[in-house]
Amino acid sequence: MRRGSGKFVAGFLALPVLVYLVFVIGPYLQAFYLALTDWRGVSGSPEFIGLGNFERLLGDATFWKAVSHHAILLVVLPLATLGIALFFAFLINAGARSGTRGVWGSRFYQAVFFFPQVLAVAAVGVLFQAVYRPDSGGILNGLLNAVGLDNVGWLTDPDLALWSIIAVLVWQAVGFYVVLFSAGMAAIPKEIHEAAALDGAGRGRMFFSVTLPLLWDSLQAAWVYLGIAAFDGFALVAVLSVNRGGPDGATTVLPLEIWRTAFSFSKFGYAAAMGVALFFLTLTFALLALRVTRRERIDLA
Amino acid sequence: MKASQRALNGLSHVALAVWAVTVILPIVWTFLASFKTNTEIFTDPLGLPATPSFDSWGRAWETAHVGRYLINSVVVVTAATAGTMLLGSMAAYVLARYSFRGNRFLYYLFVSGLVFPVFLALVPLFFVVRNLGLLDTHTGLVLVYIAYSLPFTVFFLAAFFRTLPDQIAESALLDGASHTRIFFSVMLPMAKPGLVSITIFNVIGQWNQYLLPIVLLSGAVEDKWVLTQGIANISTSAGYQADWPALFAALSLTILPALAVYLVFQRQIQAGLTTGALK
Repeated sequence: MRRGSGKFVAGFLALPVLVYLVFVIGPYLQAFYLALTDWRGVSGSPEFIGLGNFERLLGDATFWKAVSHHAILLVVLPLATLGIALFFAFLINAGARSGTRGVWGSRFYQAVFFFPQVLAVAAVGVLFQAVYRPDSGGILNGLLNAVGLDNVGWLTDPDLALWSIIAVLVWQAVGFYVVLFSAGMAAIPKEIHEAAALDGAGRGRMFFSVTLPLLWDSLQAAWVYLGIAAFDGFALVAVLSVNRGGPDGATTVLPLEIWRTAFSFSKFGYAAAMGVALFFLTLTFALLALRVTRRERIDLA
Repeated sequence: MKASQRALNGLSHVALAVWAVTVILPIVWTFLASFKTNTEIFTDPLGLPATPSFDSWGRAWETAHVGRYLINSVVVVTAATAGTMLLGSMAAYVLARYSFRGNRFLYYLFVSGLVFPVFLALVPLFFVVRNLGLLDTHTGLVLVYIAYSLPFTVFFLAAFFRTLPDQIAESALLDGASHTRIFFSVMLPMAKPGLVSITIFNVIGQWNQYLLPIVLLSGAVEDKWVLTQGIANISTSAGYQADWPALFAALSLTILPALAVYLVFQRQIQAGLTTGALK
């Protein structure tokens, strides 16, 4: 330690650490305790009930419905987003003539695709209420009517609603990964593609045997990131879906149930238990993901 | 160029253009709808407004309080991002460049915040803020924004401060400058590129936050609401009041500032947000 710096170090750390302990670490630790209580109200004190909340969770149909939606999201959200993003990133970069970076208009496409990422999810939710309106006034149904098709209940049909929500999540996320992967592709030395082309590799072969393996690090990060996003979905479902998670629970997610259980039903202990369950689900995913995606790194240097 | 390759390039452009349209169309539709009448919006969703009118924008700004929400958002995010950057860079700097007992422990304490979902903390957080008497106040929201922005800010800036050279700080120390002075006049200016990226990251994250405002600023204090909760609420009540042009004007007023800022700082925003993904 440098001389006379002790006071300085303490002075610089005091405020950040205090704020962080009070509002972040404290609540996280309390959550594990509250999850073991039956705390129901602002007045009254929490009664310790052991694992009672978790036993109840096991028999809670809404909880399992929400978990099953996370399972669907966990598979579909990364697959669809990364599939579409890789496709567009490849089109943008591989269409380049020698000596240029990217197909004609590549900056424009990237700029447009990325824009939804800076919009608030709440605003995107309101935007897609207009897109998905169940009557002929909706944008999508208006288009369907124009080509002679009937209206579709995008958010009101329980079999379709979750997919409509997922489509919006994909819509918002794709551009971000197009930009991320484009940067990754631009960093691959041209000689590698030229060598592969000399060896007679076509576009498809080039993508799967050259580009994809070299992008592995970005892909892995993207997959973990989208997987963690698959355990959220709160803002979009709360704003866009019918009756917050409906129709009849068809689109509900755990964060929404936690929020509702706590702030609409005042079952604070039970909501905390759901939070703990969500935490362990996310943690399990993160650990599994890191295991599965570990793979030999390809060094470009 | 071979004909087959030209055809492929043509198809590429078709695919790219289709996605560009799916991004742009709903946004343009919203702008147009704000100039239409209720009847026009729902009987002819794909048509243009017959007599464009700006009245709905005035109603959105005044009656639907979008102006109020916008100002609240600006106030809250300005204070929260400034606070985050100040506290975050102070903590990151000390953790990155001074060795003392507990350094590693504190660093990992901050970074551990990246792993926990905020929903785990939600219930206790509400009561912590309530017990401090900060519920339904902007101060409470600002402090919570700062606290939850610290993990990534500290993680990112600590890595950045570690890469800065020692010599300049050493010689300033020999010249008799205090540690505090070195931080503010030597190290912070050198860390500017990192500070810019993470500021953008925090501004966008905090501006778009929806969960924390609806939990910490309840229905009773509508005059303190931020833009995200305001616009979500307008959309639920628009159906009863049947003023759809005003809803779409309100939505346009939400999108336009984001669009304007994005057009100006496009590259920095893309860079700032993508560094965020690779944590």
